[in-house]
Amino acid sequence: MLSVLALTSVVLLGIASQTTAIVVYTSWERHALVGSDVRLSCSFFSWQWTSPDVTFSWHYRPDGARDSVAIFHYGGGAPYVDNKGPFRDRLEFVGNPSRRDGSILIKNVDFGDNGTFTCDAKNPPDIAGRPSSVRLLVFEKVPVQAGVITGAIIGVVLGLLILVVAIYYLMRFLVARRVFSLSMSKHGKKGKGKEGSQQKQASFGCDGSGQAEGGSIREEETGVSQREEIGIVEQRARAPEWGCLNPDPSPGRGSGVGEAGQGSYDH
Amino acid sequence: MLAILLATLVLHLTDLIILFVSTCANAWRRHGDASYDLWYDCTQNNGGYHCRGTSDADWLQAVQALMVLATIFCLISFIIFLCQLFTLVKGGRFFFTAVFQVLASLFVMSGAIIYTVMSPGWKDDSENYGYAFVLAWLAFPLTLISGFIYIVLRKKE
Repeated sequence: MLSVLALTSVVLLGIASQTTAIVVYTSWERHALVGSDVRLSCSFFSWQWTSPDVTFSWHYRPDGARDSVAIFHYGGGAPYVDNKGPFRDRLEFVGNPSRRDGSILIKNVDFGDNGTFTCDAKNPPDIAGRPSSVRLLVFEKVPVQAGVITGAIIGVVLGLLILVVAIYYLMRFLVARRVFSLSMSKHGKKGKGKEGSQQKQASFGCDGSGQAEGGSIREEETGVSQREEIGIVEQRARAPEWGCLNPDPSPGRGSGVGEAGQGSYDH
Repeated sequence: MLAILLATLVLHLTDLIILFVSTCANAWRRHGDASYDLWYDCTQNNGGYHCRGTSDADWLQAVQALMVLATIFCLISFIIFLCQLFTLVKGGRFFFTAVFQVLASLFVMSGAIIYTVMSPGWKDDSENYGYAFVLAWLAFPLTLISGFIYIVLRKKE
């Protein structure tokens, strides 16, 4: 298996070295503020080792012009920057050819520098390839990208909504575990919100119909209280929190709950 | 009262449809054949539409976000209304439905106000507001009324 893999890779490498084409990479677009420095990066991919005769050359075509002028060349191990054209004294070579990096730095950009910069790299014997271009856009004030503010507002509001819902359910869960205790009137009102059908049967106001609904509590809690102490403690915690303001459950209700756990609490 | 329930449902659906159309249709401003905002600047010439993205103005993105949020909240409130219709206690109020509906109305109000205040002045007389803008302003009182109805409404048997 391993030998087949090794053989395949050698064959592929052999094939690839026949069909080399150098591939040059630059950014697509660069945005810059007036007066700032902008670094235009250029790199290449080649199947050959980086030769000592590697060359980089940069051309510049202003917006609206037809021809491009050469502004930079690296060859024979030395960089040659533009000293007559639009970038004299503003261009600097900041790349590292041995690492296949042919980036240049343009200092103090102005509106007249809007245009297309083309990088062409050659790595002998790998010279067949096509150059790559990067567009420079100079702004007075960097505009907010389309959709950033929209997405931010929507994300924040929906996030807050989810947070509030999560906190609400967390508080309910903690109250049921008797970690916190809420005021009863608040909980009575919340009991009418969108909670499960379980709570629908068990939540009721002070309308004197506690007896009829007490039966339904009993059904719920006998199903729940298969566990021992904790379940019973829960019921005991739950019973006085719902319903009316009297802390003692009505006798009918108490007996109903008492069926679930015999004699664990008595009044 | 089945009639009141049906009327409330119809009002809520109308709100939802109005909000969707106002958010998605690209007709907040018209200039002859060209329609601008909320998402594209579309012009029509020689029998073809040419649309490009709107300017990246901050206020326009805020209006986009507020309209989308208003639509989302109206939709959520509709779903909660359907949920609460079946799970609410007798005599209970549609509290959560009302909250989301009122929030939706506040969002659409903010969006419409921001757009009205910040939209650039007319270039000439053939420019006027489009139907999506009118629908947005219409959606605000309708959703507010719908929200208040839910606050007042109680579930009977």
